[in-house]
Parts: sequence; C-alpha cells; structure tokens
Amino acid sequence: MPDTTDTLDVTGLTCPAPLRDRPRVVMGHGGGGTLSAELVEQVFAPAFGGAALAERGDAATLRLGGVRLAFSTDSFVVRPLFFPGGSIGDLAVNGTVNDLAMSGARAAYLSCGFILEEGVEIETVSRVAEALGAAARTAGVEVATGDTKVVESGHGDGLFVNTSGIGLIPAGVDLRPARVVPGDVVIVSGPVGAHGVAVMSVREGLEFGVEIVSDCAALGGLVAAMLAVTPDLHVLRDPTRGGLAASLNEIATGSGTGVVITEREVPVPPAVASACAVLGLDPFYVANEGKLVAFVPREHADAVLEAMRAHPLGAQAAIIGEAVAEHPGMVVARTGLGGTRVVDMPLGEQLPRIC
Amino acid sequence: MCLAVPGRVLDIGERDGTRVATVDFGGVVKEVCLEYLPDLKVGEYAIVHVGFALQRLDEESARHTLELFAELGMLQEEFGDPWEAAAGTGGAHGGEEAHR
Amino acid sequence: MKYLDEFQDPELARRLLDEIRATVTRPWALMEVCGGQTHSIIRHGIDQLLPEQVELIHGPGCPVCVTPLEVIDKALEIASRPEVIFCSFGDMLRVPGTGRDLFQVRGEGGDVRVVYSPLDALRIAQRHPEREVVFFGIGFETTAPPNAMTVHQARKLGIRNFSLLVSHVRVPPAIEAIMRSPSCRVQAFLAAGHVCTVMGVGEYPELAERHRVPIVVTGFEPLDILEGVRRTVTQLERGEHTVDNAYPRAVRAEGNPAALAMLEDVFEVTDRSWRGIGVIPGSGWRLSRRYRDYDAELRFAVDGIRTEEPAECRSGEVLQGLLKPHACEMFGTRCTPRTPLGATMVSSEGACAAYYLYRRLQTTPAPREASPVA
Repeated sequence: MPDTTDTLDVTGLTCPAPLRDRPRVVMGHGGGGTLSAELVEQVFAPAFGGAALAERGDAATLRLGGVRLAFSTDSFVVRPLFFPGGSIGDLAVNGTVNDLAMSGARAAYLSCGFILEEGVEIETVSRVAEALGAAARTAGVEVATGDTKVVESGHGDGLFVNTSGIGLIPAGVDLRPARVVPGDVVIVSGPVGAHGVAVMSVREGLEFGVEIVSDCAALGGLVAAMLAVTPDLHVLRDPTRGGLAASLNEIATGSGTGVVITEREVPVPPAVASACAVLGLDPFYVANEGKLVAFVPREHADAVLEAMRAHPLGAQAAIIGEAVAEHPGMVVARTGLGGTRVVDMPLGEQLPRIC
Repeated sequence: MCLAVPGRVLDIGERDGTRVATVDFGGVVKEVCLEYLPDLKVGEYAIVHVGFALQRLDEESARHTLELFAELGMLQEEFGDPWEAAAGTGGAHGGEEAHR
Repeated sequence: MKYLDEFQDPELARRLLDEIRATVTRPWALMEVCGGQTHSIIRHGIDQLLPEQVELIHGPGCPVCVTPLEVIDKALEIASRPEVIFCSFGDMLRVPGTGRDLFQVRGEGGDVRVVYSPLDALRIAQRHPEREVVFFGIGFETTAPPNAMTVHQARKLGIRNFSLLVSHVRVPPAIEAIMRSPSCRVQAFLAAGHVCTVMGVGEYPELAERHRVPIVVTGFEPLDILEGVRRTVTQLERGEHTVDNAYPRAVRAEGNPAALAMLEDVFEVTDRSWRGIGVIPGSGWRLSRRYRDYDAELRFAVDGIRTEEPAECRSGEVLQGLLKPHACEMFGTRCTPRTPLGATMVSSEGACAAYYLYRRLQTTPAPREASPVA
C-alpha cells in the first residue's frame, strides 16, 4: 500500500459527470451513487428477479414463519484497515447491524466471510478478528457462521470482509420513506462528519490538535430506545457514504416530500468543520458510521428527542428540520445568513478541491 | 479557483532543503511550505493554498475591517461614511493610490 | 476557524446588506471572476439576499470550467501510459475529455492519484525512481507559484522522473477579453482576492481606466463578498471606476515578490485556449525555456493532440454573461449535471449547474397544500 500519506484514496468515488456505456467497471460502480444503482438495475436485478430485492432497501424485509425478518449483507474494502476510532472489523459489524437497525430490527446473528491476500500478516488478521468480535459483543449480536478464502498476492488489498445479518422486526414497526408526510420532524442523532474526516486524516497526513476519531458504533440500542417511545417512527437512515445529504435526498425522493433543514442546527464538531474548510469539503456530504437521521411525526418529536438524548449514542441529538409539501424530492438548507441553498444528491463522494 | 485558508504557524523547520512550517487550521495541523514567506514567524497567521503559505494575514487589518462592519449603520448619520475616513489602512490600497 | 468564522457573522451581514440596499438605485451587473467566490455565493445563498438590482454574473475563474478539452485529452493520453503515475488535484478527475475521463483511465489500469499539494507528487517521484510521475498543473495565479516551486525543486534535487502538464491561466487577459466582447454586459468586477495575494493589484488600474469599470479586490467569506459588492455598487452609483482593495488582510499592493520572481523564472506568458471561450492572447503560462525538460507535453509527445470543442455548447456565452444558462436550448434537456455538454455544467459551481439546481427548486410545484415551515 504505497504512498498513502501523499495520495488520497479514490476508492468508492463515483464520477460526478458519468460517461455512459462504460465497457469496464470503474471505482464509481461501488460508490453507492448513481453508477452503483445502474449496475444493480441493468445487471443484477434482471438476473436475480425476486420481490424482496425489488424493494431495494439497505435491508430486505422478509416474512418467514409468521414473523418479519430484516436481512442484510455488506462487504468492506476499507483502506486503511485501522483508523482513529476503529477498524475494518468494527465497520463490518456495525455496518450490517445498522442496516438492520434502520428497518427497526435488532440484529440477532451475523455471518462473516474473510478474503485474505497471500502474505498478509497473521497478526493483522488477528487484530481485525479481535476488533470484529469485540464490536459484535458490544452490539449484542452473535457471529454464527463464517468462511475464509485466500487470493494470490497482488489480487487483494490485504484483507476484505463480508458480513450478513438477520434480526426480527418488532410488531407495528414500519419504517419506509413512503410513510413520510409534510410536517414530520427531522432529527439527527449527533454531530456529523467525524468518520469520513478521521479516515481521510490518515490518508492525507492531517494531524488534529484534538484527535478526530470515527463515530463508528452499533445503533441497535438507540433505535430500540426510540421505538420504545412510539413504534410510529416514519423512516430511519444511517448517513454513511454520501453523508447526511445522501440520506436526506433518498428520503425526499422516496417519500415525494421536500425536506428543509436549518444549517446551523446541524451539529458539526469544530475540528471536522476546520478539516472540511482546509480540504474544501462540505460536512453534510462526509460519511458517518454511527449516526442516524429520523423522520418522526410532529406529535412524537419531543419525546423521541428526549429518549435519544438519554442514550449515550444520542446525547447530542438535535432537531434539524422538517418535511414539507413544497419542492417534492428536493432538500433545501437555510444558510446561516438567512439564504437558502439546494443540498443536492451527491453524484460521488467528495474530493478535496482547490477551487 | 483558489481555495485558501488562514492558519497559525506553530513551528518552523526544514525539509529537503526548503523552509517548512507546521500550521494550525482551527485544530487541524498540516505541514506548509514557507519558501514564499521566508520571514513568517511562529504565532503569525498566513493564507495557505495547496500546501504553500502565500501571504501573511494582517491581523490588525482583519480586526479593523470587522470594526468597520460593526459600525456600519450606526455612525453613518453622525460621521458620514466611515469607509472614506479609514481609506488606505491596514495594507489597503484605495483606487487613487493604486493608480499612482 | 479564526479569520473565517468572524467573516460569516449573520448580524454584520445584515448590516452590509442594508447598506447595499440603501446605496443601490438602479440595476447593475457585476461579475465575480473567481469560481471560489461563486461557490461561496451559492453555498451561503448570498445571491438571494442581495437587492434585485444587483445581478451577479458568474465569471470564468474556475480551472475545472476553463481547462480546454484538448488539454484533458492530453492528460488522458499521458495517464494511460503504463510507466506513468498521473497526479492531479481532485477537481480535475471529474472532467470528461473526449469519450472518457481520468476515472475511466484508472478502470483500464492507469495509475491516477489525487494529491493535495504538488509537492506530494514530487515526493511520489522520489519514492518511485523507476516510474514517470506527471503532475496536472492547472489553475490561476494562486496555484501557479506552488506548481512553479515544485518544478524548481525537482531541478534542484535532480529528480528527473517528474514532469508537469501545464495549463495555467491568468485573470487580467480574461477580464480584457470579456470587456472587449461587443455585447458585454459586465459593468464591474469583483477581482479574485487570492490571485491578488500573489500578483498584487498592479495589473488592474490600467484595465479599470481603459474600460471604465470598477475593479474591487474581494475575499471569499460571506462578509468579504458583501463588502466587495458594497464597494462596487458605491463606485457605480457615483460614476467612479477605480481599483479598490476590499480584502486588505490578505492582499498587499505589491503581491508576493518571492512568488512573482519564481513565476518569472519558471514560466513564460503564452496564448491559451479557454474552454467555451476560445484562445485569449497572453492569457496563459507555459514552462520557460530553462524548464522545458520538465514539460510533460514534450516528454510524452502529446503536443500534437488537437480537439475541437462541441459546437452545440454555448458555455462561452454563459461565461461572458451574454446568455442566461436556462435560455440555452440544450439546458435541462440534452445538458444536465449528469450528462454535461460543457464545463459550466460539469463543475458544481459552474453557472449552468448552479442554475439547474435552483431552477429545479423554483419550478417544482407543491402537490398538496403548503405546510407551515418551522
């Protein structure tokens, strides 16, 4: 892995001005943006078929034996493997647990597949495995089955991990963008942008006066605390790739409502704001790994906010905006000066800019 | 064009025979090339672009500008335009001066 | 961050806006030259807060927007070579050349890397003496000195496997070209503050005098931009046309002498083509004879590549303020941020992309009765 301090890893980027009819896979096809969606629509969905897949949620909702199960899978190809506040092992657990949590389910069991590159130190594998096991215990989920494969040297980036998970969706819980109505209150569970900046700091050779650590955490407990107030939450999303902006846009598009947020209500840690100023990034587009955004009926908003603030992972939760009837499908931010700006769907992850 | 941000010099040293500084940008620290501002001192602020300090930030001038903004609309009626009274301060070069 | 946050204060912004409203009596068209200023204007919604009479025309000061297709094609050709590590600022990876972009080159096996500083590219060259490291040297007068220093360092340290693909551009000839355009609507300029940290203000009095336009050196934070607008409108209302420095905390009249000396040594002025506008005489820099060995165009023999800009894109007219983006027949139909015909739709701060977003906001009707906004 040469030159990680001088070059920025462009893994996971989507080209914001995509060219049509690419004959080969480019990094953007894995970026979770427009190219990824096209790959699913044009290649995978037609080949697989199936009603559950047609829903296209982060987790599928399945009816099995009289109960509703959430089922999700995710692969982790992170560089660097270890970063301030976490590792690929933590991400592998929390990513899947959080995908399940966003459908209201508490993760019960995980599977875990390791793809190792020939030559990688056993000590590295061991550290990742230990981190993964510890994260699973913290999240209250059991790793029930696993698999290991080795690829030749040069054919993998040290170590890849895949996890799948299942959990039960409680009765009466139905979390979907389509349930959002104008007037719903938008709540974010805490300050945004820490994970993306923590990872970038390692790649970019940034040091922080106060270390910025990834917010990587499992959100099952926080979601359970929210659902204990009322099962009638409308939708939850964990703003990972593409950040808060991507999650809000997905919800706006999926619900056919508009979303208005007030910029200065969105908590951003000062060091994250500084790092974004230096690199020319917008914290709303930076990835998180332990935050959620919730659309809550207005009558429950205060109680849900209170329950979130009573939970360690929601201590700095804040109301940041609301769903509106105007500009359906679009997210608009009120700026600190009293103007507005459109918070568009990111076409790709942000790159540091000079202009 | 030209995203440049102000940062405060923490420390000055050398790398590959060039003058470099560690610069603090609101809690974020980065190494910056000082070749274009060789007399910049620890504690001073500079405008930094793509890893290069390009100009010293004049703190006195920044304070003065903010004071003028704060006075705006308050002193106007009593003293006329505060901007004209303050022309040419803090490294500012008004039109007339620049024409010379 | 100190010296950024203070210049975003809403109360002081309100006072500046009040002052601008009290000053303006009729319509004025100002051009902010710099893409960074356009970014700030859109990011903070400043254009919506200004009185109707003040129109901001987004100028050509965005390297992503103005780097010609031909240079992108040269970059794609060089980056495709197996021996090359091609390094670039993040901004340029998104720009499509003819048929592909730098992402596609990566997908085909090219080694394309994003760096924060040109010195990072030089360090990569030091660590990989067996590879050819090429840095994509784009940008205006602010970015030229860092790139010049990097080439200078390469020569001083005897690093032979490093070269620069240069497409530097200069602001004053662009202002001259815009003012000479017969149907020019621009009545005043907010000059790019960070360009002036290097260049000073010496190039502007003659332009202001010849074209009788106010030129106000302006910073990038919201209060800086409002102050630039305030001073510009004040001059216009009084019938004045002088050069004024509204960014004195960062700009000295003489600029940065050490940087200017380095530019003089490493670069020489050349004609340069601007995407969507065409060739502007004397508007660019190329490596001087002393540094010709570090010119990637010559080293990789791509100086013969010639590319025509697509004729249907009218971004040149947009960049000069002659055509409103939505008045273009391609706008929103054949040309969108996802399928851009020209650079002003590629860059998120490009005039067409900015218009696309806001027009979509304004023309999207509410299907149900409006709800109260918190």
